[in-house]
Amino acid sequence: MNAPVVAHDRKGPAPHARPGTTAAGAAPSSGAAHASLPMAQAINAGLRAAMTRDESVILMGEDIGPLGGVFRVTDGLQRDFGADRVRDTPLAESGIVGTAIGMALAGYRPVVEIQFDGFIFPAFNQITTQLAKLTYRSQGDVRVPVVIRVPYGGDIGAIEHHSESPEALFAHTAGLRVVTPSTSADAFTMIQQAIASPDPVLFFEPKARYWSRGEIPATVDLTPDGVVAGLSRARTVQHGTDVTLAGYGPTVATLTKAAAAAAEDGISAEVLDLRSISPLDFDAVIESVRRTGRLVVAHEAAEYYGPGAELAARVAEACFYDLEAPVLRVGGFHTPYPANRHEHDHLPNLDRILDAIDRSLDY
Amino acid sequence: MTETETLQLLTPAGERIAPNPAVAHPATPEQIAAYAAELTLSDLRAAYRNMVRTRAFDREATSLQRQGELGLWVPSLGQEAAQVGSALAIPAADMIYPSYREHGVAEVRGLDLREIIPVFRGTRHGGWDPKAHNFHLYTFVIGAHTLHAVGHAMGLQQDRRRGIVDTADAVVVYFGDGATSQGDANEALVFASSAEAPVLFFLQNNHWAISVPTERQSRFPLANRADGFGIPHLRVDGNDVVACYAATRYALDHIAAGHGPFYIEAETYRMGAHTTSDDPTRYRTREEEAHWLARDPIARLRALLEADGVEPEFFAGVEAEGRELGASVRAFTRANTAGDFTEVFDHVYASPNAQVERERAAWDAYLSRGESR
Repeated sequence: MNAPVVAHDRKGPAPHARPGTTAAGAAPSSGAAHASLPMAQAINAGLRAAMTRDESVILMGEDIGPLGGVFRVTDGLQRDFGADRVRDTPLAESGIVGTAIGMALAGYRPVVEIQFDGFIFPAFNQITTQLAKLTYRSQGDVRVPVVIRVPYGGDIGAIEHHSESPEALFAHTAGLRVVTPSTSADAFTMIQQAIASPDPVLFFEPKARYWSRGEIPATVDLTPDGVVAGLSRARTVQHGTDVTLAGYGPTVATLTKAAAAAAEDGISAEVLDLRSISPLDFDAVIESVRRTGRLVVAHEAAEYYGPGAELAARVAEACFYDLEAPVLRVGGFHTPYPANRHEHDHLPNLDRILDAIDRSLDY
Repeated sequence: MTETETLQLLTPAGERIAPNPAVAHPATPEQIAAYAAELTLSDLRAAYRNMVRTRAFDREATSLQRQGELGLWVPSLGQEAAQVGSALAIPAADMIYPSYREHGVAEVRGLDLREIIPVFRGTRHGGWDPKAHNFHLYTFVIGAHTLHAVGHAMGLQQDRRRGIVDTADAVVVYFGDGATSQGDANEALVFASSAEAPVLFFLQNNHWAISVPTERQSRFPLANRADGFGIPHLRVDGNDVVACYAATRYALDHIAAGHGPFYIEAETYRMGAHTTSDDPTRYRTREEEAHWLARDPIARLRALLEADGVEPEFFAGVEAEGRELGASVRAFTRANTAGDFTEVFDHVYASPNAQVERERAAWDAYLSRGESR
């Protein structure tokens, strides 16, 4: 079950660094910007900032203490915040999530690490029948601000159960927010907004991008409105006029490469990073497609019943007269995640995305 | 498992007996006797009143289901001593996580029992604010709430580490013999033991998980399982309100002294059906039901009170109060309605959510089209 070890960046934040962030409910204020960080360390910095800001933030998971998690995302946090706030739990995912719910009911803000995507299923019952519904079934009397961090996605040459993309299963469940960053900046910001949110949040981390570097911002908007916006809105990665490419998490970088390759053929592609899978930012996609007339959606999750299917249906409804071509999807196949020697072809790789762009333009 | 293997302080005939040292362990008979002696005659009268009111409420709700006023009812009939006796021992500040049959615990907690009705009438999923009486909502996914109780207890521990003064010493979770087979109930024991969490597991073994007898869940006494998790246990006669009180007091003192979790198995009997959709005649015998009818927990306490000289007027008064409660529940139920349909969009999330608001707007638009047709 051990993952490839994350290259340790000694130029990362000092153990007691205090990234410039704003107190919950306060207006954004400026602080010192950080240098470029790999995404794993950006999440670490975000967790550190949230724990510094709020003593009720507790991390729970398997091997997150002295080891720092199999991807080292919690590296150094137990040393600096203690074993009571960075808790190595017994090895039982339902138990982790179930007790996290109880801690939330006692006034805490637990942040749970599920070691790998494929190991979340023992906790599926607690997440879908309990966590997602407690606010609703109590008529709003109780809140369960639990964040569940899930390293997800493939392209790391892993064995079975270590490369999956189960986000649609959770997006299909009302009461959960499902988000995923694609950059270090968003990872740093969104993990703090997820922790500040009064709702349960599934925070999917694209493990293939853990080592990709990027700047992290000097300030994070943790006002209630800022949190809702940060956990709901798509981001335009680049503007274009001929086709809209929408994706999230691990596929955003591939879409950006595809846009660059298409540009060499004179095709102007707009790239959207959805960031939130539930709620999906339909307005952003619809606005874009009304201009471009074409949409290609990519995700590692299976095409059938995936987020792309939902987007295609909504876009067909809202952009019926604007579309120049049917909405096309590029996703995982309706197979179990294959053995890793096959994963390149299973994933929405550059060639498959360019093929979809060509089909859209040729329609 | 026989009655002689459980801690008993009142015989089925209502006679006080000394605790058997062999089954009082890990408590001493002296400790158990001292806790039992805390119950004054006034307390026992109050317990009797709670038990009769619980039964009256339960009977009324069962009737209301038969009349079509409730979609379903889960009777507590026969479990009044286990529920009332244990609940009387739990300080008001301690959070309780019930399963879904703990009407007697709700009664002791001071919950207006009518607040349970909307859950079964289908007008809302949860009937009350859990914080109002430190009584969490009923949980219908068997055993799922055992983990919530452990997590809550871990939160109390963290409060103490931070120097936050809690008025609560423990968390108590009620669950049944069927739940003991669930993974969550076992993981709850793992996590409670690992964290040494201040949580009391209160198992009501009512002998039947719908139609499946306890022997199918376990070939040996359920409470013995706690030993394997390093959690001490007591097995108590669940139809003996005094024993249930004394055992719970002992357990909560054990927890408050910092000794970690505790486990009580109360052996009782579900005298009624699992729910109003159930038919116990298909799987259990009249003889078994008659055996337990002779161990009715309310009759047992009444015999004790009568022997202690409680006047007939008291019993008549409690019966009358039960009838009044029934009438009040009946009137409440018939008047209880769901709100406007759009309330389904409320509280899905605690913060604004675009997908919910999109559908709320779509619903409004649908209604507008209907008006214009």
